[in-house]
Amino acid sequence: MAHAPAPKHAPIGGKVLTPTFLILAVFALIATYFLVQRFVFGLGSVTNLNDGYPWGIWIAIDLVVGTAFGCAGYAIALMVYILNRGEYHPLVRPALLASLFGYALGGVSVLIDLGRYWQGYNMFLPWLSQYNSVMLETALCIAAYVTVLMIEFSPVFLERLGLKNVRRKLDRVLFIFIALGVLLPTMHQSSMGTILVILGHQLSPLWQTQMLPLLFLVSALFMGFAIVVFEAVLASVGFRRPMELFILNRLCVAMAWLLLGFLVLRFADLLFRGDIAFAFALTTDAVMFWVESALHLAALYLLWPRHDRFTGQRLFLAALMLLVAGTLYRLNCYLIAYHPGDGWFYFPSVGEIMVTLGIFSIEIMLYLVFVKKLPVLHTVEAAYREEHAVERPQGPAPA
Amino acid sequence: MSLNRRAFLKLAAADGAVAVAAMGGTDAAAQDLRRARRSMPQDAVGLLFDATLCIGCRACQAACKQANGMPAEVPEQYAAWNSGIWDSPTDLSGDTLTVIQVYQHGTMDRKDRATDGFAFVKRQCMHCTDASCVSVCPVTAMTQDPETGVVFHHVDRCIGCRYCVLACPFGVPRYEFDDPFGQIQKCQLCADLPDQDIPACADVCPTGATLFGQTEVLQSEARRRLARDAGEIYAFPRGTLTRADDGGEPVTDRARHEAPIARYEQQVYGEHLLGGTQCRMLSGVPFELLGLPEDVPDTSYASITEGIQHTLYRYMIAPILLLAGLAFFAYRSARQHRPEDWD
Repeated sequence: MAHAPAPKHAPIGGKVLTPTFLILAVFALIATYFLVQRFVFGLGSVTNLNDGYPWGIWIAIDLVVGTAFGCAGYAIALMVYILNRGEYHPLVRPALLASLFGYALGGVSVLIDLGRYWQGYNMFLPWLSQYNSVMLETALCIAAYVTVLMIEFSPVFLERLGLKNVRRKLDRVLFIFIALGVLLPTMHQSSMGTILVILGHQLSPLWQTQMLPLLFLVSALFMGFAIVVFEAVLASVGFRRPMELFILNRLCVAMAWLLLGFLVLRFADLLFRGDIAFAFALTTDAVMFWVESALHLAALYLLWPRHDRFTGQRLFLAALMLLVAGTLYRLNCYLIAYHPGDGWFYFPSVGEIMVTLGIFSIEIMLYLVFVKKLPVLHTVEAAYREEHAVERPQGPAPA
Repeated sequence: MSLNRRAFLKLAAADGAVAVAAMGGTDAAAQDLRRARRSMPQDAVGLLFDATLCIGCRACQAACKQANGMPAEVPEQYAAWNSGIWDSPTDLSGDTLTVIQVYQHGTMDRKDRATDGFAFVKRQCMHCTDASCVSVCPVTAMTQDPETGVVFHHVDRCIGCRYCVLACPFGVPRYEFDDPFGQIQKCQLCADLPDQDIPACADVCPTGATLFGQTEVLQSEARRRLARDAGEIYAFPRGTLTRADDGGEPVTDRARHEAPIARYEQQVYGEHLLGGTQCRMLSGVPFELLGLPEDVPDTSYASITEGIQHTLYRYMIAPILLLAGLAFFAYRSARQHRPEDWD
């Protein structure tokens, strides 16, 4: 198999303190204000959390959705290094970067949310480990994965610092970390589904199934691909660079297959359990189920392989639709379809929402600084060279 | 496009296999995946709450607060006329480990009747045989006493993740959200209190509505009550019910409370559902009306989750094999690229 030449990466340069960056910084500052309040007066002073809904958006969005967005590195690593699709190389570094921030900040959110954070290290004490706990497995996997991501991303720093020797040594063992970088998300992304199985009847039968781990895994994968596409389109528009349409197009085929698999599994499971009937009741759950399914189907329609090439707009829309669909699936599972009993209500407080926005702002700020100062994105020349190298006639041209 | 399609054949095949597997036996697989049912320790203890005996005096609530040194609670809706002298919680909380709640319907004419009636219910930890809170806790902060089966909480280990609060099917563990250093609170049957011989609630209950004892003994007592005809006078034990040395009827060291047998729902709540609970209940109205889950399986949720988890991760064989496979493919890709391709 002929491989595209190695992409060369370079910092894109430019001012860091742009208006966008400053607006994001304001969000980060507001979040800091609420965080101080949280640590001084307790979780109840900032959040609307209660004993019916002990987990709010800091878990459901910052962690569960945030790390699904962080599956960019997982999805691309699987593609490039395991399925050996070398042509996706230019997407590796930005994807790893997105993963690193997504996961690291997901971890930070958990720390903020922990009611007894000063004892949080107990999670890492083997004599306290409780091996029946899905959460223990998830937490240890996520912690390990953040470390692996740092190692996977470290060539960027080594390149920047000109440490060629270290880089060469790292290259020799990098395959182990790449393998771990695929194994760990497979484990913890599925476990984030398993976490909910024990909720039993408290989670609506439209979502409660022993297939949750598999559904969460497949969903994480296509969300990972979607964030790669989303980010690539935004980066090309934002930094006025040519779009990697030729490779993004192909990713869409992968996304379409995964999405189809997800939907087949989801509906087959509901039919087999006989719980599909709940979808035809007049309940909020049923409405949310159909909205969620409609979003997935719409994304599938947009992604379905066709003869004409995708435009950047269509790609962007498809990726966005997929991210919204995956996000809603997770929100339904973790919050909306969770029914702790009569009398309980939860809607995130302003403080909770501002902290979540702040966390995502910090993620974007870090991303901007990194691509401007470090060799993350591949050079424009490399992009053109590859486009011409890869875009050669393959079979009959479309009519 | 042919090249693309071939590249994703593996993914497609995997999808297909998964879907077939899902259709081919979610239920059968569910049965197989379950961890074996956990049995109760022989000396498991608990409470028998007979809703038909409860007069709603809330002596149990007050005694519980006193024994556990917890402050009075005044919900916002009572604040206007209750200066804090009267402890009036409406639900369990970080300051309330047991609470008497009331079911009301229509004219509320008669006690223990679903229509136009009312009924009291005592809420506290059910001390499940196969407790979800014990299963979910990542740091072993919830443990089950191997002899008595009492579910204990260890605050010195707890990280405050509140997974137990989320997972408990009875909504029992509570977190102190208003405290920057809050902790999880739940009933431990006073087994953690050196001054309490038996749970404070059972100790003070005037009618025997809350009775302490070995679950086995309580269960047979509950069955005896269900077997009697409504209206028949029965001597209800109070305080503790213990096995008789001679193997006869269980005994209590207190004067019994004589009252007519009520019209019971023919079920001992907690005997089977969700793997069984050590605290049991009797009631004159359906348990669902008292806010207790009824339409639930007899299998504990913990056994389902642990079944999945320990199947996937048995001896870590699957993850290790997967890692080996991934490492092989990653290494193979590495050899096909120049090192500087490795980003």
